[in-house]
Amino acid sequence: MYHPIFPHKLLHFLLTPGKSLFTLTAMTGPPKASGPSPAQEPATDAAEPLLAMHGIVKHFPGVRALDGIDLDVLPGEVHCLLGQNGAGKSTLIKVLAGAHQPDAGRILWRGEEVRFPRPQAALDRGIATIYQELDLVDGLSVAENIYLGHERAAFGFTARREITTATAELLRRLGHPEMSPSTEVGALSAAGKQIVSMARALSHDARLIIMDEPSAVLDQEEVGRLFTVVADLAAQGIAIIYISHRLEEIRRIGDRITVLKDGRTVATGLAAADTPTSEIIRLMTGRSIEYVFPERPGVAEAEQPVLEVENLSRPGEFSDVSFAVRPGEILGLAGLVGSGRSEILETVYGARKAATGTVRVGGEKVRAGRVGSAMAAGIGFCPEERKSQALILSDAVYRNITLASLSRFQRAGFLNSGGEQEAAAEHTEALDVRPAGVTRPVGNLSGGNQQKVVLARWLLRGCRVLLLDEPSRGVDVGARSEIYALIRELSAQGIAVVIVSSEIEEVIGLSDRVLVIADGRVVAEAAADDIDEHRVLDLVMEGDAA
Amino acid sequence: MTAQTHAKQAPDGAVPQGPPSGRARIGALLSSPAGRNLGLVVALLLLCVIGMATVGDRFGSFDNMMTILRSASVIGVISVGMTFVITGGGIDLSVGAIVALASVWATTIATQQMAADFHWIVIVTTALLVGAGAGLVNGLLIAYGKMAPFIVTLAMMAAARGLAELISDKRTQVVTERGLIDFFGGKVLGVPVLVIIFALVAAGGWLLLNRTTFGRRTLAVGGNPEAARLAGIDVRRHTTILYVLLGLACGLAAVMLMARTTAGIATHGSMYELDAIAAVVIGGTLLSGGRGTVVGTVFGVLIFMTLTNVFVLNNLDTSTQAVAKGAIIVAAVLLQQRVASRGSTP
Repeated sequence: MYHPIFPHKLLHFLLTPGKSLFTLTAMTGPPKASGPSPAQEPATDAAEPLLAMHGIVKHFPGVRALDGIDLDVLPGEVHCLLGQNGAGKSTLIKVLAGAHQPDAGRILWRGEEVRFPRPQAALDRGIATIYQELDLVDGLSVAENIYLGHERAAFGFTARREITTATAELLRRLGHPEMSPSTEVGALSAAGKQIVSMARALSHDARLIIMDEPSAVLDQEEVGRLFTVVADLAAQGIAIIYISHRLEEIRRIGDRITVLKDGRTVATGLAAADTPTSEIIRLMTGRSIEYVFPERPGVAEAEQPVLEVENLSRPGEFSDVSFAVRPGEILGLAGLVGSGRSEILETVYGARKAATGTVRVGGEKVRAGRVGSAMAAGIGFCPEERKSQALILSDAVYRNITLASLSRFQRAGFLNSGGEQEAAAEHTEALDVRPAGVTRPVGNLSGGNQQKVVLARWLLRGCRVLLLDEPSRGVDVGARSEIYALIRELSAQGIAVVIVSSEIEEVIGLSDRVLVIADGRVVAEAAADDIDEHRVLDLVMEGDAA
Repeated sequence: MTAQTHAKQAPDGAVPQGPPSGRARIGALLSSPAGRNLGLVVALLLLCVIGMATVGDRFGSFDNMMTILRSASVIGVISVGMTFVITGGGIDLSVGAIVALASVWATTIATQQMAADFHWIVIVTTALLVGAGAGLVNGLLIAYGKMAPFIVTLAMMAAARGLAELISDKRTQVVTERGLIDFFGGKVLGVPVLVIIFALVAAGGWLLLNRTTFGRRTLAVGGNPEAARLAGIDVRRHTTILYVLLGLACGLAAVMLMARTTAGIATHGSMYELDAIAAVVIGGTLLSGGRGTVVGTVFGVLIFMTLTNVFVLNNLDTSTQAVAKGAIIVAAVLLQQRVASRGSTP
């Protein structure tokens, strides 16, 4: 594809489609409100797809992240990608962006088979990706960020005036002429940064822009403005792949929907406007792989709760969260990423300091913000990010296991390394960690086995309350059932367990009782038998319905 | 790496018994602790061979060996302390300045207290306390002030040196206590006391890093501070203690330096920070933290000092020496990176 380098070519490119844009912007409001706009009608009907993906497969060690993805995107359409966490959305867009190489499958770009060995290759073709974590440099100006990596220069000096002019054009094209190209990006709001990311995509002459949950960090009004921009871009013939968890947004802005599940495309080309919500949710939750959840033995009602959390709050994260867990009970917290569920767990553990509220274990108050106090009270915690928060990857398995109980193996400060290895081996054998051998680096184990190592750390220490954040993340399908059985077994030994998971099915299948968290609040509580995946999805996706 | 690939292909994680290729075996050897030290031993032996070949017995004599060790002892004590700080994920640029401050402060105390019952142990205590105090300031600012170690210790480097100049009025303060010089300048069974101190510090450091809870926690804090915190380790307190320990080492080094030069002066310890950091890195401690080796550090110091000795005996100037040092640092780090990338998971 031709890449504009010379200023007059660039201006030409910018101005030609720009005319229709200005008229559209002047009309304001997303055209979707009054049904599909005439400009998009021919695109959705006839035109050959801009992008077609067939049977894309991608393996990671121990996990089949993509298992046959089909997707076609037409010029000028807003194509929504739906799926639960772990369905493969992120991996798919990374394949499209050239960040991952597919193991099998074909990608057709404007009818021609292509490969993107590097991110630059995708950009050169006109595919730009706007990630959830915006990849902008805070210390540079808006214009410098937009032209980062493809700076315009004359005789080795950056052509400042030229990129300033070009940036102003791009911002105008995006309907934000009020933004200054010389503003430092660090000073912009989340919405402003998103506009900069989009301008950067346009500066690459993008034909397809992939947006990963762009609305997650925006408020209502900002979302409205974002939609205007997206609709304008579509009207210019640019295709958008739009990823969001919010059905209401997808109805407002989308043309067609593709639903992913367990790395497969389960439905594609659904009309965004009139496919019933129940149908979409059914597609998202319908199982192609059955996980085996262990039976619930039922908890003796009479038991006093061992963990009591009362009115726990942290401003900006969650507020007024209360719950209690009895010995032998598994409590599940369900909610979307960013709903505050992980923050709640970390606060109970003392890794974050509660602003207000109390945590009690066996009636004894735990000091807020003190991990040591929580551990002494008998709380154990397996964090969300195993590799960055739980494990010292280069270190041996046994050292990772004994890290929380070193004092048990010391005499006058000296460690009894043999004793450590023996104790660790006892637990790795009981949990069936493979390969056996506690002296190999923990980084060489698969995700499921690493998770077992983290569990072993707390079993060795011994705890009354176990907090598990995303216990099955990065764990392959076979090992999952094993982890589930293990968690149930621990609870049967009288440990009170609290789990957090993005996979609603997992929360319901594994827990005795479920709390639904949305926007930092508990919006529903129910016995796991009395609630189903659809109801939970309804609660978290449609906002504070309850 | 290759060995792991084999393991994956083998059914049910059975450990493959077949011998891996020669390259893989050398790779595995080089990335094992013993292998890494082996490389250092080879480098040191190579230097000795060069020394013997060029100046013969003038290099190989017992006296010359003791000279090398004696000159290695001061920087060696600091380097052992530095190994802990770097393993714990930090860095300290202020060690040279702290040595100067401790020496000047201690000699000032000595000249002010002319009483007859004054004992040289006061000098030693003062130097140790000053060193530990400066380390404490570093540690508190880094751990609790959440400032970058590089910046904090850069500031300490300037400030401590400046304070040393203020206290001494930029004059050389002679150590008049014969007791101190006799004790630290003496020999036991022909071995200089300074060398014995270095050996004791190195042995103690090795035990502390490899055999104690403290050492294990240092590795955890440097390898993954967040994981260490969530496993109940007080990362901030631990970090502070690491800098205090290094400060103590600097105080001890100041005493050793005073005994050797019979003076406290604000220019003591100039560029020690670079020598110490270089010795630690050459020894195989990861600059990013999480892996440390005291044995490697000792070798690093010895390699540097032997190099200096060989150059001096051959009447080569210090500039040539500096170029050689630079080349060695780059070569060592390049080798370390290759080993590290081989040892990590894909």
